[in-house]
Amino acid sequence: MAHSARRDSPELPDFSVLKRLARDQLIYLLEQLPGKKDLFIEADLMSPLDRIANVSTLKQHEVDKLYKVEYKPVVSTSDQLCFLIRPRIQTVKWVYVVNADKAAGKFKRYKIIFTPQKFYACETVLEEQGIFGDVSTDEWAFYLLPLDEDIINLELPEFFRDNFLEGDQRWVRTGGSALHLFHSIYGPFSKVYGIGRCSKMVYESWREQVKEGEQKARQAEVGTVFLIDRDVDFVTPLCSQVVYEGLVDDIFRIKCGCVEFGPDVTSSDKSIKVMLNSQDKVFNEIRNEHFSNVFGFLSQKARNLQTAYDKRRGMDIKQMKTFVSEELKGLKQEHRLLSLHIGASESMMKKKTKQDFQELLKTEHSLLEGFEIRECISFIEEHINRQVSYLKLCPLSLYFFTGLLPKDYRSLKAQYLQSYGVDHLLTFANLKQLGLLVEQQPGETLTVMESKMGKLVNDKTAGKLTDAFSSLAKKSNFRALSRRLSLVPKSDEEYDLRVPRDMAYIFSGAYIPLSCKLIEQVLERDGWTVYNGINHLFQLAILTMSFIASDAQRIILVMFLGGCTFSEISALRFLGRERGYKFIVLTTAITNSARLIEAMLDNHV
Amino acid sequence: MMKSKADEEDYWNSSKFKAFTFDDEDDEFTKKQEVEPQLPHRVFPASCFLFPAGISWSVRETASSLREQSFPKIDTTPSLPKNSSGYSLSSLFKGKEGEREMMDCAAVSLEKFRSLQEKLLLLDEAVGVHDGNVITAVLIYLKKSLSKEVLFRELESRQTALRHFIHYLTESKEQRLLLELYRALGRTEDEALLQYKEHLRITDENKRRDFLKSCVSLPFSPEDAGHVQDHYTLLERQIIIEATDRQAETGGKVEIFQKFPRRASILNMPLITTLYYCCFYHYAETEGTYSSPANIRQTFRIAEKQYFVTALAARAKLKAWHDVDALFTSRNWLGFTRKKSPLSFSRVADILSKNNAPVQVLQEYVGLVDDVELRVALAQKYKCHFIVISTYRDLKDRQLLLGYRGKVERGSEEERKIDELLSNPQIRWKN
Repeated sequence: MAHSARRDSPELPDFSVLKRLARDQLIYLLEQLPGKKDLFIEADLMSPLDRIANVSTLKQHEVDKLYKVEYKPVVSTSDQLCFLIRPRIQTVKWVYVVNADKAAGKFKRYKIIFTPQKFYACETVLEEQGIFGDVSTDEWAFYLLPLDEDIINLELPEFFRDNFLEGDQRWVRTGGSALHLFHSIYGPFSKVYGIGRCSKMVYESWREQVKEGEQKARQAEVGTVFLIDRDVDFVTPLCSQVVYEGLVDDIFRIKCGCVEFGPDVTSSDKSIKVMLNSQDKVFNEIRNEHFSNVFGFLSQKARNLQTAYDKRRGMDIKQMKTFVSEELKGLKQEHRLLSLHIGASESMMKKKTKQDFQELLKTEHSLLEGFEIRECISFIEEHINRQVSYLKLCPLSLYFFTGLLPKDYRSLKAQYLQSYGVDHLLTFANLKQLGLLVEQQPGETLTVMESKMGKLVNDKTAGKLTDAFSSLAKKSNFRALSRRLSLVPKSDEEYDLRVPRDMAYIFSGAYIPLSCKLIEQVLERDGWTVYNGINHLFQLAILTMSFIASDAQRIILVMFLGGCTFSEISALRFLGRERGYKFIVLTTAITNSARLIEAMLDNHV
Repeated sequence: MMKSKADEEDYWNSSKFKAFTFDDEDDEFTKKQEVEPQLPHRVFPASCFLFPAGISWSVRETASSLREQSFPKIDTTPSLPKNSSGYSLSSLFKGKEGEREMMDCAAVSLEKFRSLQEKLLLLDEAVGVHDGNVITAVLIYLKKSLSKEVLFRELESRQTALRHFIHYLTESKEQRLLLELYRALGRTEDEALLQYKEHLRITDENKRRDFLKSCVSLPFSPEDAGHVQDHYTLLERQIIIEATDRQAETGGKVEIFQKFPRRASILNMPLITTLYYCCFYHYAETEGTYSSPANIRQTFRIAEKQYFVTALAARAKLKAWHDVDALFTSRNWLGFTRKKSPLSFSRVADILSKNNAPVQVLQEYVGLVDDVELRVALAQKYKCHFIVISTYRDLKDRQLLLGYRGKVERGSEEERKIDELLSNPQIRWKN
């Protein structure tokens, strides 16, 4: 199972610097408000904050009490309040709500620290509420959170919805700044490729920021960079994950590199939180493996462990002493991790058997191949009828995405609304807006429609429309594309999951993630023409090129705008091992099918 | 849905999809510059004129302390000017020096932009630099300084700005203005959906019902109008059912509510949950009542399969095996009964087994599974021995039957049955 990496694989840069940088900035900001203060932290900033500064660090800088922002009245006796929040209008409005002190004639000091940056719209709220100036604001430029030796997270899940659904480009500059920070520490980059519209904007924003600052000549630690838009590939995040780490994420939800295993895993009455990263030796060996291999591996591991324990039999006192002081601790640690992952595997197995996982996978694969569509529809229907959690209904979206007949669409939509509530009309509208739901227009080819529409609108919007049409083309042509790029390997051959031959192993040999395939193609052909037509389809472009050849060339940064899945990370790791690259994934968030669908929900106040 | 081969080739070869280059003609940014000749100078970076760029001054301190540990400089912000008054539009386009001065957000007041042309130019430039924060900032200013009619009209042809504006209004919950905007743009379906969404805020069920009623006449597509009508009708009934059942439950006279106390109110539940609830508590009611499953099925045009799945799940939960039996029994014109199901019998068995149905009930349905292999597999899974035995007999497979003998209990009825079959001279075994 331990894949032998190519010997010439380069070393990854050290990212702990990023944590230190973020922590020092935060401390500096806290010191701007001298004296004791209470700190209110936005709920989704708790875990990221925890990764870089613990409570005692905060206490050292005179943070008295810590609160979670809960949109409730505040009971704080401190005369200095500090709010550490995301730049969201809703949160800023809440800050005003707590600010009843002013009316009561109490004098307190307030400070809002926006992270990673402030937005004008938020300050407008303060202005409108008449407290602009009473509340000081600041920015904590905490962009890059290293989650593992090859994963850096922006922890901005809203990037996806804001950018791709709402069409709000507020995070473009954030993306540029994140890249800028990375570049200033690990650059200079020699090549930057962009895949997608947002990528290009982020690139431009970054270049703008580079112009503003200066760059010292230094040894590059990263050579090639990919920027890739999530909407280039919706199919991959919609598929059920079957690689260990992805599966754990699908079932238990990994949050900021940490997962909570419940009593069913720990076989005790307690839940425990576990960090999942390369430090966990057992996890590190199975994270990229197809789930079907994991049990075999773990039981082998358990047997080895037993043998190691057994060694102490027949030892004399002295040997025993060395054993206890040198080996036992390591063995115990391994033992603990092993039983944890065995517990997790069993629990996942149980859950998946209950959910007819096999059938679900079969349906997904059929949809990807475009075979047995009737069976797929009836499978989906049955799930809707039984009110299986709609988050597990990703084959439905997958089906929507790969194109469906109006008749089927209407019927499935009606049944969906009956099962999950009519307010999901809003979800459907969102899916449509995002382009995840593609209703086939019978008898009309794109070009006909395009010229028809083109006549109806004035020139200014025409460019925009062409954009929309090319993305429509991209989506309804998933199958054509899939054939072009051979994303679905031929099904008549047996696929040995233990010895993967390509990235398709992450989906049981049924599908190569489009995002990763594009990256592979670009690397293979060194950029230019991947395939005629495809470059345009994905707005694939070489954005920067210099001809510095260095070792860093083989260290590749892939920045996912809108999130990436653990499966994609596993696929890239595989690609890296095969070709002697090292990939670093920089993503706005870790995503999966449930998170993607959740981002589309609107049926709440 | 597959496109024909020819279509597909056309698509790939069409000149529309030429290779993309960085300096693509139809790029928004370059297009914007076409309007520029009216201006004295070139594009100014809109991202610069409102706010300090990215990492703020405070970071500089941190960064410089880190630099001692051989850190690269990450600060990007040049020092801000002290003096910051009296900018004209043209000074905004002055180039490098001007840009620097524009960084201070307090410094440049947008109030300087008075004419519509200037305002729109400002907006277009903001869009040109792809900074949503700046686009929204300009929009907030335009919202304050332009009449709705003019603003809406100008936004119509500026899609990127329009989407920012819509998002801003959504986030700041300016419902009314957003509705007006949709109306002005003729986006009637968006208008309808937005109005419909309001029902989520109404907690009082009677008010919510009345609100939903008013939503029915909104300009939805005919299809969606039907769904909204259903939503209203459903809530109306749920209110009636809830009132009656709550009373029945507290009255303590109705057995089923005593035996299975309701865990939650039925208000605002989806239709299928409601149907399940009614199949659970009101199964035998005649079609005349609002809570009768038959009535619900008819009113909401529930598909046969959907109805069966739900009724089956509810009755199985109650272990009302007789009802389950009746659900699938149909009589032909001669009066013979047979089992019929809109969903596969394997699925029926699955649902039953998940509700802990006894083997006697299960085997009835497992036995009806057409596919022999699947039938045997299910029968083994659910321990329906007699089904396995009779299937092997039908297959005339003596070996399998013999093998199965080892799996049933010693001295059980199943064993006796197997022995009886094995010794039956009339069966012509194939092996």
